[in-house]
Amino acid sequence: MVSVGLTHFLVISTLLFSMGLYAIITRKNAVMVLMGVELILNSANINFIAFSRFGNFGYSGQLIALFVIVLAAAEAAIALAIVLNIYKNLSTVNVDEVDNLKD
Amino acid sequence: MDSQFLINTSLYVLFLPLLGFVVTLLLGKKVRSIYLFENLVLILTFIASVFILYNKLANFPDSKIVSEVQWFSLANTPIFGDISVKLGIMIDNITAMMLFVVALISMLVHLYSIAYMKGDERYNRYFAYLGIFTFSMNGIVLTHNILMMYIFWELVGLSSYLLIGFWFEKKSAADACKKAFIVNRVGDIGMFAGILILFFTYRTFSFDEIFNSISSGILPFNSTFWLSVTGVLLFCGAIGKSAQFPLHVWLPDAMEGPTPVSALIHAATMVAAGVYLVIRIFGLLTADAMLFIAVIGMISSFIPATIALTQNDIKKVLAYSTISQLGYMIMALGVGAYQFAFFHLVTHAFFKAALFLGSGSVIHAMHHEQDIRYMGGLRKKMPLTYWTFVISSLAIAGIPLTSGFLSKDGILASSLAFANLTGHWLFPITGFLVALLTAFYMFRLIIITFHGEPKDHHKFEHAHESPFVMVMPLVVLATLSIFVWYTPNPFNADQGWVLSKWIEKPLLHTPVDTRFDFMKPDSEGTSEIKEHIIYSSSYTDAMHHAHYPAMFISLFVALSGILLAFIFYHWKKVNVDTLTEKIKPLYTFSLNKWYFDELYDKTFVNGTILLSKALGWFDLKVIDGIVNSAAAVTKSLAFFIGNFDRIVIDGLVNLTAYLSGFFGLLFRRIQTGKVQTYIVLVIFSIVILLFIFR
Repeated sequence: MVSVGLTHFLVISTLLFSMGLYAIITRKNAVMVLMGVELILNSANINFIAFSRFGNFGYSGQLIALFVIVLAAAEAAIALAIVLNIYKNLSTVNVDEVDNLKD
Repeated sequence: MDSQFLINTSLYVLFLPLLGFVVTLLLGKKVRSIYLFENLVLILTFIASVFILYNKLANFPDSKIVSEVQWFSLANTPIFGDISVKLGIMIDNITAMMLFVVALISMLVHLYSIAYMKGDERYNRYFAYLGIFTFSMNGIVLTHNILMMYIFWELVGLSSYLLIGFWFEKKSAADACKKAFIVNRVGDIGMFAGILILFFTYRTFSFDEIFNSISSGILPFNSTFWLSVTGVLLFCGAIGKSAQFPLHVWLPDAMEGPTPVSALIHAATMVAAGVYLVIRIFGLLTADAMLFIAVIGMISSFIPATIALTQNDIKKVLAYSTISQLGYMIMALGVGAYQFAFFHLVTHAFFKAALFLGSGSVIHAMHHEQDIRYMGGLRKKMPLTYWTFVISSLAIAGIPLTSGFLSKDGILASSLAFANLTGHWLFPITGFLVALLTAFYMFRLIIITFHGEPKDHHKFEHAHESPFVMVMPLVVLATLSIFVWYTPNPFNADQGWVLSKWIEKPLLHTPVDTRFDFMKPDSEGTSEIKEHIIYSSSYTDAMHHAHYPAMFISLFVALSGILLAFIFYHWKKVNVDTLTEKIKPLYTFSLNKWYFDELYDKTFVNGTILLSKALGWFDLKVIDGIVNSAAAVTKSLAFFIGNFDRIVIDGLVNLTAYLSGFFGLLFRRIQTGKVQTYIVLVIFSIVILLFIFR
């Protein structure tokens, strides 16, 4: 029976980060991109908690994870508001078509 | 009657003709009868001048009335220090008489011109010009300083120019007025230099102040030589204006002007201004300067007299006789006969004006024919013109009972006395010779014009006596050529009122050792005023001795001259044509006016043209060459700089722009505007940075 160690957490976290990054880069839909962002945030959370559990940092890691969850909620709200505004103005949520920054 | 009143009247005499000029010129084109205003103004001027003459001689016979005002003053000028220039009027007896002569003749010429110029298209302008001439001539006469005299001097030159060229459509008239103007400038340069020397030395233009300074021993450049030079330079102005040798060539050509103008300007008044100038500066003339003046006068009296013998144009004969008589006056001043010179000026003004107006009457009757060879027999058609002409000719020839006899005899006697005292016998000999020639050519003129058979019957039939306004001036002037106006004794003018009372004896201011011997005071240490009055007792004696010889010789030569003229042209005892054939060279020499015009054409005119051609060549080749090469250098420099700008500077600028554009295009690819691309780039960059800063 292999005991679960720090490495396992980090691997999970890295996989989660990679999936989030992949989602951000490849998804056409803005909402999916936001989901990718959520994945990355959560991978960071896993890292915080893992280091909090296995390192000698006390509870500060878990505290920061709580902060990140709150922050992610706020970020999701704002980001969805932006996406709604984009849809209102451009009638699409496809990020490929939203390239007004170029002009 | 105070002197201020005389000054005020003289201002009227001066400015009334100017008013006439301005009004006539401005209204001339609109109001056809404005010339009557000009005539009225001249009559008023004449009345004022009579008033001045009478009051001056009756109330102030011995005093000089001077009034001056400040014109401008300059403080602290370089070289001269403080300068103050004054305008002023001086009236002495000579001024009053000259003013009378000018105003009278000017008025008579105005009246005469009413008929003579009738029908001319520039009728009113003619009278306006006469007005400005009278104004400037009065200015010359009245001024008390030499600067104003110079200004008016140029103004009479201008009016002379305008009137000679009055019929400027004729090329000869246009040329003649240019010639008169330019030749006069030559003399005026000398006069101007003289004025500058005087001002440089004395810081003033006023005659009186200059004379006082000379009396107190101040001389130009502290030398008597320069005083003589100053006198000669001032006299140069008179050479030009009075048409003396060698500048006499303009006066015969000036006859292109209307005949009344010739009478007024080129016979009676303006040409006498030169003599008047010498009279005014007489006080500063040294013996050397006077000798120079006498020689010039002698030459100028002789050459034109010989030319007048052969001329066929009635006005040309009179013009040469004018130069000759002016030469007499100048010679008289040179030999010290100051009073006789002015006396001759006055008498000559009257009889020469009468002669010119008479010739104008003839020309008018002959429908502008001036050649005497086509005239003849006019005596019966024009009796008044004939008789006034004869009286004036007797006066100019110097026959007793005329005014000319008195003044001419005085001049000849003075030259004889001068020769007796100094040994210069050429002056009286030339004088008597000229008197012979004068009598001869004047009566040649009369006989050919008025006697004999008419040559041109068509014109003769139409000839008639001139209207009243033309004859009246002739009669007045001929009457003034009779002796009674000047002296009770027809053979000796010395006791007459003109010489003994009216014309003052001159004052000499030059240092005693520069004068002729006979002009030195008799005894030293006499009173101040006697010191200046010229003529020692030896001169009075010489004059006394010269009186009778001069009178008899001059009478003899005048009568023989007239007799010769009658023998040659009236009784035809001698065939004139065969005589001229015998002395052909002399005849052509005289007919061609001693070739003066040709000589001046060859030397001065051609010289000037050559000089201007040389200067033109210099301008064209050298100056233009310098300018052009400077332009070429600038041009090539500009070409070089232009290319440098275009290639190097513009190249750098364009390269920068091109590079910017290139990099812009390059980096533009990256800027897709898609958020995901940016994220990929950020992540890629972070990975790279992680590798670098590991």
